[in-house]
Amino acid sequence: MIKHIGVIIEQDNGIMKAANLGMITMARQKHTILFALVMDGSAGALKEKLSSFGISTIIEIRLAEDFQDNPDVRAKAVAKAVEKFELSALFGLSTAMGKDLLPRIAAILDGSLVMDCFDVDLENNIAGTSRYSGKTLAKIKVRGPVPVFGIRPNAREPVQEQKSAGIIQFEAVSLDSKLLRVVKRGETGKDSKISLTEAEIIISGGRGMKNGENFNLLFECAQKLNAAVGSSRVAVDSGWVPYAMQVGQTGEKVSPKVYIACGISGSIQHFAGMKTSGMVIAINLDETAAIMSNCDYYAKADALKIIPEITKLLETS
Amino acid sequence: MQIYVCVKHVPDSAAYIRIIDNRHIDENITFLLNPYDEHALTEAVRVRDMHPGSEVIAVCLGKEDAEKTIRSAMAMGADRGILILTETGHDSIETALILKTAIEEDGVPGLIFTGKESIDDQGMQTLFRLGALFDFPVVTNVARLEILAEKALADAEFSGGVVKTYEMSLPCVIGAGKGLNTPKYPTVRDVMRSRKSPVKTLLLPDLKIPPAQARMEVVELIPHLQKRQPVEISGTDSDIAQKIVQILKDEAKVI
Ligand SMILES: Cc1cc2nc3c(=O)[nH]c(=O)nc-3n(C[C@H](O)[C@H](O)[C@H](O)COP(=O)(O)OP(=O)(O)OC[C@H]3O[C@@H](n4cnc5c(N)ncnc54)[C@H](O)[C@@H]3O)c2cc1C
Ligand SMILES: Nc1ncnc2c1ncn2[C@@H]1O[C@H](COP(=O)(O)O)[C@@H](O)[C@H]1O
Repeated sequence: MIKHIGVIIEQDNGIMKAANLGMITMARQKHTILFALVMDGSAGALKEKLSSFGISTIIEIRLAEDFQDNPDVRAKAVAKAVEKFELSALFGLSTAMGKDLLPRIAAILDGSLVMDCFDVDLENNIAGTSRYSGKTLAKIKVRGPVPVFGIRPNAREPVQEQKSAGIIQFEAVSLDSKLLRVVKRGETGKDSKISLTEAEIIISGGRGMKNGENFNLLFECAQKLNAAVGSSRVAVDSGWVPYAMQVGQTGEKVSPKVYIACGISGSIQHFAGMKTSGMVIAINLDETAAIMSNCDYYAKADALKIIPEITKLLETS
Repeated sequence: MQIYVCVKHVPDSAAYIRIIDNRHIDENITFLLNPYDEHALTEAVRVRDMHPGSEVIAVCLGKEDAEKTIRSAMAMGADRGILILTETGHDSIETALILKTAIEEDGVPGLIFTGKESIDDQGMQTLFRLGALFDFPVVTNVARLEILAEKALADAEFSGGVVKTYEMSLPCVIGAGKGLNTPKYPTVRDVMRSRKSPVKTLLLPDLKIPPAQARMEVVELIPHLQKRQPVEISGTDSDIAQKIVQILKDEAKVI
């Protein structure tokens, strides 16, 4: 039986996030036809790209301007699309936006939901995710109608497959939210603009950065690399950086392609947040630090010297 | 106003997790109040103190041992507790239905607090299901809360330093994030006092929960070990920097 799978495309200020492509690749399985759900009015602009990753149909969900930003209304619209297009499962990104949207959809559909999946097997309806603060991996079997899967960004390498996607307009009628409204959107401006969970490269600093000012070295380098800046808990507890930057068991769980740890010893609690990274590079003065024996590359060196050197190299190249 | 706080009894995040029979963990470890629920509770107590005549009720679905978590909640300021006793684990769909039934049986919620996530299941969803069952609005990862006469204003934190302010009708469900407050640890006196606070125990069969249409079940647990084979990068500082840039370009292909 062919299954219709809905993939919720996440955009940021009208730009499609790169992580969508890995998610689409993961959704493309035996006996599936993929429907991309686009809610930010740019289906035409995305047609070519989505076609080249195996999307057969783009459903452009039209929302009234007032409700664009409202996760309740967006969830209702997706639930209506599920019904209309007889979708049998939904994929979305397990980003901050996804964490505010996907559970709302699952609650409306009264179906299963697994967040932060690194793998989904649609034939057996089993999703792989993490449990116990990242200390174990779990396989979750979902039963019942229309399961929703929140996919960890960067969990799968994007692979192309050419299709020719058609666009269907979908106007979900009588959508409203009397309960919830978005009244303001702002920025704290405290941390890096690139989101930790979605970044392809993360440069993190720990106690070895010595003070908050030295984190500027990481921010400057990150800007050149288009990377996000993370930190260990020590750097947060010392007041050098805000909590939102903390990676680990009690912070953000990240899976970038490359994780560069600067002056971080590699405690179990820190590993709990970054061990699913693609490549780990450690810069540490102490060869015996735990991270040096569980990474892909290590340099016994002063991070405060190496990082500015890297920034300089990127400036000249 | 009756303010309900959902508190979960979870393994201490510092505990070593040992897997038995491929599906369960060895529960012979310390369990305590889910860290995010501490923030939920702290906020609930703050709101109560600003609204005279209000009461904070901690609700937990768990095994017998979970009474400890309810006692901790009362030491942190909850007026009383409800323990829904169970012998097994429940998925978030069932959990939400059970919590809803127990709350409804007890009183009329003016506000419901939860954590944004339980650190054992990492489900990130019980609060939304609870909201849907009650038809209350829900916000997760709340960093600031203001309760006004007819509505609530809640700041939710997103990545990249983005904050969105949601306006909700009351009652509503608030999913506490770390940024909401700093929980105060109870004094010995608080702990002594909490021993005398009432805990109502409900038996699950008495709640007559109907079966759900969907289900989520753990079929396998695997320890998350990963061993990498480290390769040294050596040389002068500038050699090392050059090699790292080269690795990023040629091997990782990220620049
Ligand atoms: C319940 C619990 C939850 C926790 N949750 C988290 C969490 O989410 N995230 C987290 O990170 N931690 C967490 N921790 C804390 C954790 O146990 C460690 O204390 C912490 O990760 C250590 O941070 P660090 O590596 O920055 O500091 P340290 O362990 O002190 O390491 C600093 C390292 O920097 C090196 N160094 C010093 N100067 C330089 C230099 N100039 N250049 C290069 N290297 C240098 C040193 O050799 C050392 O290896 C938690 C702890 C507990 C108990
Ligand atoms: N068994 C439970 N008893 C009480 N509250 C719970 C229970 N399970 C989940 N919750 C609440 O729901 C929140 C989110 O849990 P989860 O959906 O598992 O991430 C938790 O922080 C708790 O406030």
